[in-house]
Amino acid sequence: MTGGVPARRRVAAQAGLELRLLVRNGENLLVTVGIPVGLLVFFSLVPVLPLPGRPVDFLVPGVLALAVMSSGMVSLAIATAFERSYLVLKRLGATPLRRRELVAAKIAAVLAVQLAQTGLIVAVAFALGWRPQPGVVGTAVAAGGLLLGSAGFCGVGLALAGRLRALATLALANGLFVALLLVSGIVVPLDALPGWLAAVAGVLPAAPLATLLRAALGAGVVAAGPLAILAGWAVAAPLVAAAVFRWE
Amino acid sequence: MEPAIAVDGLVKRYRGRTVVDGLSLTVAAGTVLALVGPNGAGKTTTVECVEGFRVPDAGRVRVLGCDPRRDRDAVVARMGVMLQEGGAYQAASPREMVRLYASFHIAPADPDDLLERLGLAAVATARYRTLSGGQKQRLNLALALVGRPEVAILDEPTAGMDPQVRRDTWRLLDGLRDDGATVLLTTHAMDEAEHLADRVAVIDAGRLVAAGTPAELAAAAGGAVVVVTTPARVDAAALAAAVGAPVEQAGTGRLVVRTGAAAIPRVTAFFADHGLPLHGVSAGALSLEDAYLRLLDRNRGPA
Repeated sequence: MTGGVPARRRVAAQAGLELRLLVRNGENLLVTVGIPVGLLVFFSLVPVLPLPGRPVDFLVPGVLALAVMSSGMVSLAIATAFERSYLVLKRLGATPLRRRELVAAKIAAVLAVQLAQTGLIVAVAFALGWRPQPGVVGTAVAAGGLLLGSAGFCGVGLALAGRLRALATLALANGLFVALLLVSGIVVPLDALPGWLAAVAGVLPAAPLATLLRAALGAGVVAAGPLAILAGWAVAAPLVAAAVFRWE
Repeated sequence: MEPAIAVDGLVKRYRGRTVVDGLSLTVAAGTVLALVGPNGAGKTTTVECVEGFRVPDAGRVRVLGCDPRRDRDAVVARMGVMLQEGGAYQAASPREMVRLYASFHIAPADPDDLLERLGLAAVATARYRTLSGGQKQRLNLALALVGRPEVAILDEPTAGMDPQVRRDTWRLLDGLRDDGATVLLTTHAMDEAEHLADRVAVIDAGRLVAAGTPAELAAAAGGAVVVVTTPARVDAAALAAAVGAPVEQAGTGRLVVRTGAAAIPRVTAFFADHGLPLHGVSAGALSLEDAYLRLLDRNRGPA
């Protein structure tokens, strides 16, 4: 084919609209910004949790993990599920935008949201007195962990959205969000949970991400076990999503 | 010249149920074909095979000489599609949607100009979910047309529109044909098919019943007729016996006698003899709607 619009321009246009729609959506902002920042501020200022050390130092890594989960899994799953049910995805299938370009646009929009979330959370944490010294390795591991976590959560979100009805996706994504929030060492330390629950949470994607970030941002070290589990999710979840996804 | 759309022996089954059953049709470049048929006849399935959404179980589909699935990229750049429903982001505005779709094409129509022509300028920044049914329909049409397609495939393009908007939309579609585009559309409205289409294809149970110009279909369905309008309840069998030609009730107060103008005196005599009021008698060809109904009846055989 000659003289078509370059793929990157199609992706940019699609990602631009996806991003505008995410920012415009109040429920989405509540989940992706309101809840993570709210939890960070509340539990940093109100010492109700049995946390080791200063609350903000414990909370920031978990809240960063939560933020990635909120945009990668919850918000992407719900938006995509409704787009599927309103035949938006089907209709785009009859335009020059290819399927993989649509996925690329969605990833770009989610990454933009996650960059903003991370920046905001770090800024709020600084205002709350957080002063990490992760060094180059710790920072790199944290950034890599966030990306791996994003891939895993996006995969889970798209697997739900691509197969279940929109309302079922809405319910399940929110339910998973709350469950993982409680059992993944995000606001409640893992060692405060019953052993079996901590063990189960340890193989789900949220707790390894929180643990990895805590080690990287705290002591500047790599938590190899959590990293391996996280990498597994980052590979497996998108593959499952690609296998089960139905465009209409 | 190769037809812009060619469907040859198309078969499509859903869970063992055959929805399209060996359908063949062609649309010549620069012409409009209306696909008509009862609900469940296979119209939407047929157009979705042409659009590349469905994989045929047998047969061949070509759009501008290309396979709509294998040569997807080549086809979608030159094809505009209007789904029967849905397709737009609920929270996006008409302008955002049309601009997005415009950005996918190399030489698109001007989005604001298109919105204006479709009467959507006043709601260009409203959210899609707040639009009326007719406005949503027109936006979907705008999305089909913004890429200046050579082939437009429109599934019930005017369903849910009020009569005035429907006329405006017809004018837009006339303009599309004047610009040389090929159009395949489905409709239940025979006046729409008559107005817009060069050729009409009637399908039932996934098979082609008849195809041709509206005049050809009328001729195929029975040629000359005498149409009688009356407020009275008339015994069709008695009228048929008196006139010596088959009579069909065609809606309330309307009878179609399958015979030529020469039989008009016998028709009026029947009404006079029985003291029945008569509002009108006219000779002519079958309307497309009558022709359509007759063709379907004949195709289904005696009940």
